[in-house]
Amino acid sequence: MKRLYVMMAGAALVVALAGCETMNQITEGVTGIAVATGQLSEEEAGSINRTTRAVTKTFEDITPEQEYYIGRTVAATVLMGYRPLENGVLNNYVNRVGQSLAQFSSRPETFGGYRFLVLDSDEINAFAAPGGLVLVTRGLLACCETEDELAAVLAHEIGHVEKQHGLRAIKTGRLSTALSTLAVESMKTMGSAELAEVTKAFDESIHDISGTLMNSGYSRKLEFEADLCAVDILRAAGYTPGALVAMLENMDKRWEPARLDFAATHPPPADRIKELKRRGVETSKDTKPERSRRFRAAVGAR
Amino acid sequence: MKMKLAICAGLLAATWTWGAEMSVQVREGQLRNRASFLGAVNGTVTYGDRVTVGQKQAGWIEVVRSPSGVTGWIHESALTPKRIVLSSGTDDARIGASGEEVALAGKGFNKEVEAEYKKQNAKLDYAWVECMLNFKIPEKELAEFLKQGGLGK
Repeated sequence: MKRLYVMMAGAALVVALAGCETMNQITEGVTGIAVATGQLSEEEAGSINRTTRAVTKTFEDITPEQEYYIGRTVAATVLMGYRPLENGVLNNYVNRVGQSLAQFSSRPETFGGYRFLVLDSDEINAFAAPGGLVLVTRGLLACCETEDELAAVLAHEIGHVEKQHGLRAIKTGRLSTALSTLAVESMKTMGSAELAEVTKAFDESIHDISGTLMNSGYSRKLEFEADLCAVDILRAAGYTPGALVAMLENMDKRWEPARLDFAATHPPPADRIKELKRRGVETSKDTKPERSRRFRAAVGAR
Repeated sequence: MKMKLAICAGLLAATWTWGAEMSVQVREGQLRNRASFLGAVNGTVTYGDRVTVGQKQAGWIEVVRSPSGVTGWIHESALTPKRIVLSSGTDDARIGASGEEVALAGKGFNKEVEAEYKKQNAKLDYAWVECMLNFKIPEKELAEFLKQGGLGK
């Protein structure tokens, strides 16, 4: 038994030193060596590996298909608190900009694709549900003076999807039982007990993600990460990266720290501007005549 | 310790290997004649399809779809090294025992779980979610939108 603890400690140490990746792969590598050198039997190694698999189910084990179903329900949950803006012209335009941008992200393909919807609210807010369902308020669009600035808003949200920030909000341990149970190949259909167990894990996951999106917000680190993704996406697509700074400056003028919207869930725009400028991204109002024309035609109609 | 770190790095490295098989992990994908969304579509692939991997270029992988033999480029985010098993109980599922190698399509958080969750949360309404999913902009329109805006060059 002592050898098992030693080997598990070794695996944990490798994780700590490497600062990386799934425990499963690493543990299996280490136990493989132990078997080869006679320190562990095949049976003991198998036991460690199975145990590790069971306890390390994380957001990385969620398939894109499952991410899609999580995203659908997160979006439906957000829509319980916000009314959609029933403006076909504006929603179509926002989808043209957003779906164009998604092609230039490092994760252009998700199970169900990227889709965008404007919410009929004066709040300055946006929600990126896992898998690519993005909801932005009319109030946030009001912070955009050009198509490039609108693109900056949407690219930031695509950044959250790209980096799977929503799934990362699921608390550790939520998925262990459910996903381990479902890894059993012979389970053709779920029995009522399994369905209840998986639905409970689903409920908790939705609660974690929705709570983060609507109440607590992501960490400053993840928000800055989404900003950097946005800069990369804007640059790759041909938009002006400095439009993100310009949009944040507009937002800063409307910023009321006491409000329960973006102010409650995001770092102050001034901090984000400072971080972007530190990385050489300067404010810019540059755009193209055709982009200005179509922006006025669609957003002016809100 | 160096050996352990080297093993760790080796284990984490290759998700893409020339000649290896990968699976399509999106509902529907396109195989294009060049490594870009602006490339013409040679054919389509659907969730779970197996492809053989060729060269890689800036996030795009040239693949051959099995068994049709249609070739084309697809973005790496549409592919997974796992074998996606469309129904459990198949030979693939029995052979590939671990979750690291096999993903069971339709398992886990799925339509059935969504329906159960909705039963417990009667106020939840997916009507606008379904509406959103229909906001798919046709490829030609997106290409034209990019071109007119001086984008995607």
